[in-house]
Amino acid sequence: MIQIKDLHKSYKMGKNSLHVLKGINFNVEEGELVAIMGSSGSGKSTLLNILGMLDELDEGSYTLDGVPIKNLNETKAAQYRNKFLGFVFQSFNLINYKSAAENVALPLYYQKVPRKERQEKALKYLAQVGLKEWANHLPSELSGGQKQRVAIARAMAAEPKVLLADEPTGALDSTTSYEVMDLIQKINDQGNTILIVTHEPDIADMCKRIVHLKDGVIIEDKKIEQVRAAKYV
Amino acid sequence: MGFLFDRNTWQEIFGSISKNRTRTIITVIGVLWGIFIYIALSGAAKGLDNGFDKVFKTVAINSMFVWAQSTSMPYDGFKTGRPLQLKLEDVKTIQNRIPEVQYIAPRITQGQFGSEPVYTVRGQKYGSYVLNGDYPIYTKISTKKIYDGGRFINQEDIDQARKVIVIGERVEQELYNKDENPVGTWIRVGSVYFQVIGVHKLAQGVSFDSDSAMFIPFTTYQKLYNSGDNIGYMCIAAYDDVDVVQVEKDIKTLLRNIHRVDPKDERAFGSFNLGEAFSKTMGFADGLTFMSLVVGIATILAGVIGIGNILLISVKERTKELGVRRALGATPAEVRNQIVMESVFLTVIAGILGIILGAGVLALINSLTKDIDFPYTNPTVPIPYVIGALVIMVVLGTLIGLIPAQRAVSIRPIEALREE
Repeated sequence: MIQIKDLHKSYKMGKNSLHVLKGINFNVEEGELVAIMGSSGSGKSTLLNILGMLDELDEGSYTLDGVPIKNLNETKAAQYRNKFLGFVFQSFNLINYKSAAENVALPLYYQKVPRKERQEKALKYLAQVGLKEWANHLPSELSGGQKQRVAIARAMAAEPKVLLADEPTGALDSTTSYEVMDLIQKINDQGNTILIVTHEPDIADMCKRIVHLKDGVIIEDKKIEQVRAAKYV
Repeated sequence: MGFLFDRNTWQEIFGSISKNRTRTIITVIGVLWGIFIYIALSGAAKGLDNGFDKVFKTVAINSMFVWAQSTSMPYDGFKTGRPLQLKLEDVKTIQNRIPEVQYIAPRITQGQFGSEPVYTVRGQKYGSYVLNGDYPIYTKISTKKIYDGGRFINQEDIDQARKVIVIGERVEQELYNKDENPVGTWIRVGSVYFQVIGVHKLAQGVSFDSDSAMFIPFTTYQKLYNSGDNIGYMCIAAYDDVDVVQVEKDIKTLLRNIHRVDPKDERAFGSFNLGEAFSKTMGFADGLTFMSLVVGIATILAGVIGIGNILLISVKERTKELGVRRALGATPAEVRNQIVMESVFLTVIAGILGIILGAGVLALINSLTKDIDFPYTNPTVPIPYVIGALVIMVVLGTLIGLIPAQRAVSIRPIEALREE
């Protein structure tokens, strides 16, 4: 699903250049649930941003579902993001003046899905995350865990190839974190490819594979026995 | 441009502008005020314009008076200071020689310009009034409103030198009781009895004659005062499309020629050019219209800039939202369109509200000024001006909207999302 070869990325800060990713080689198969771990500054968010086409790579190659991702202009990147990727952010990033259902329907709007179908799909995905009754509530009326579940529903609504989650449980307490992880595991069980950036070992343990980043290189890449979050819920 | 007709586009726009009501309302008020000022000002200017039009309607716009004075230069053997006298033949000569003249009415007058007013008696009542000897053509130059049942002097009066008289409103008030009808009665003017054939109403606005003037046929006046072919002054109306100042010059040149006056003697003949005075007044009204246009458009501009400003701030506020939208697959063009459409939509809504408000205020002004004696009539704004203003607003709204839109697009989604 994802092939990354010899990926380099550096940021220019004035005269200094900060070499963040120093040659990453990394493949993800369909249906994997991968945790990208590392302390802050290890480059894990940068990697995710590049995967999410929110940032450009300097060197190396990135292929997503057989499509080489390079030299994209903003319009093309936006279309690819819309078609291939679903995003879940640490701070949820729901649009605060739109109801839960409208938030979920937003990527479908950019896919030019007709309105009626959009609403139906939004409700369907909200039901999957168990928030059907909250469809008409604004984000401000939802709890943190609920917000993140809406965000996951939104990411799933576009039926992406890969779901990218940047610290999805970072802003949540542990019980809520496990609820969210339970949901992510269930989505993964349906065959969806998911990448999670996290620095919490318990969250990483709930994935099927852990990629450990340190100072811009992968120091460890191992398959693990998945801990089911349902146990803690 | 298909997105313009897409219901979804509008839903997104509505969503984001109804989100922040205060912001939207303040923004709208900015433009609303601009277009309101524009409409109210240009409407008011138009009202004044119409008012002047109405005032001048009672007289031919391109009209003038010409009278004789005395020479101020010696010429052709005559010494300086020779008094001049206009004659009836001069009228014919002018009519024949100057094709721009539409109507020319000679008039002889007693009681004006230093001569004694005419002592007029009816029974126990009396007064002294101006007496004019006139031709019927005079009404072509200065409209005379005659009260019910009366008439002005006609050609038969002239031909037969009838002893008939048209009296002014004040003459009527002073010589008659309130419930009396003067038409058909007799009054004594000087030593001769005249039958009253009409009472002229003082025209609203510009009038050549006071309400104490009386009019008799020119021929009757000639007999009464033995004035021969002498005339007091000429009232001349030129055609509407000619340069009235030039006509005035031509007439005076011709008169100098006829009366053997030095061609350079500007003081031999006096004149008053109403057309020139009128065009000055209309020039003032035009200037006012132009100024109101400039002020109005400047105010609209200020309002639209206000919209741009507020959208710019709102784009800053919404950086994250726009970043999320782009992460979810909004293309830069879609984001740009949305911001521009928000700007245009707000501008147009504000514009329409402003036009309605402005029209309401103009209607109010109209009803308030209806009965007052002030040259102000029917304040309206021509439709092309309104449409022009709307077009200007849409164009400006688009241009101004492009600034925040470009800003929104220039922020890369990753930077937008990073902003906490």
